[in-house]
Amino acid sequence: MVPTNYYLLLSAILFGLGVVAFVFKRNIITIFMSIELMLNAVNLAFVAFSQAHGQTSGQVFVLFVIVVAAAEAAVGLGIVILTARNRQSLNVEKVDLLKL
Amino acid sequence: MTPQLVIFFVLAAVAVLGAASLIFQRHPIHSALSLIVVMVALAGLYLLMGADFVAAVQIIVYGGAIMVLFIFVIMLLNAGIEERTNASRLARFAGVPLTVVLLGILAVAIARSQVASQPAQLADTHKISMQLFTEFVYPFELTSFLILVAILGALVLAQRES
Repeated sequence: MVPTNYYLLLSAILFGLGVVAFVFKRNIITIFMSIELMLNAVNLAFVAFSQAHGQTSGQVFVLFVIVVAAAEAAVGLGIVILTARNRQSLNVEKVDLLKL
Repeated sequence: MTPQLVIFFVLAAVAVLGAASLIFQRHPIHSALSLIVVMVALAGLYLLMGADFVAAVQIIVYGGAIMVLFIFVIMLLNAGIEERTNASRLARFAGVPLTVVLLGILAVAIARSQVASQPAQLADTHKISMQLFTEFVYPFELTSFLILVAILGALVLAQRES
């Protein structure tokens, strides 16, 4: 029997690694993947709580999160392709039109 | 050490190593493959918790559809090794300390919380589907609109300007 706290701690660690990847990576696709990593970490917490309370609502929420992640991936990758076409680069530092 | 605990630690180690590998790999394809490792490990953890429907969806949708989309785009754009640039000043000085602070706060909160865990139940896909189509039927229908809008958005974004 694995304590729920272990799952929550793993979820927090994965979320933290996702944040680090989000801050430090320069490639726009990798940054996008780190968002997926954070979503996965949150899903793990949802399922852990669902199991801890013996309810299935948490698993339904995970389903919704996955649907939103799929929609986000479709739109986000469209934006990535457009950015790469306009800037000839995947480096986020080249996307600086709003910078002073 | 019960067998469940051993399986948990093995899968957790795989997930954390995969996530760390996502950060340290310089080629986007390698990062994507690391992320797939994380997702498969998480699917194993869901199975360990008795959530086999979520585990199947995780493998099919995340590991299958979404990551294949990512790899398609990486290959389509011919993404090479990430250029090594100086991290921004904010990221260099505030990024790691703030992440450590975030993790610390979360760890303290989790350690203090008293969530009693129950033994893993048997497959309750039936219960999930009943709940999805009764209690959560409006959000469920709304997701179909969301996906429709996402498809249209992706089409508009990706089309060539005439």
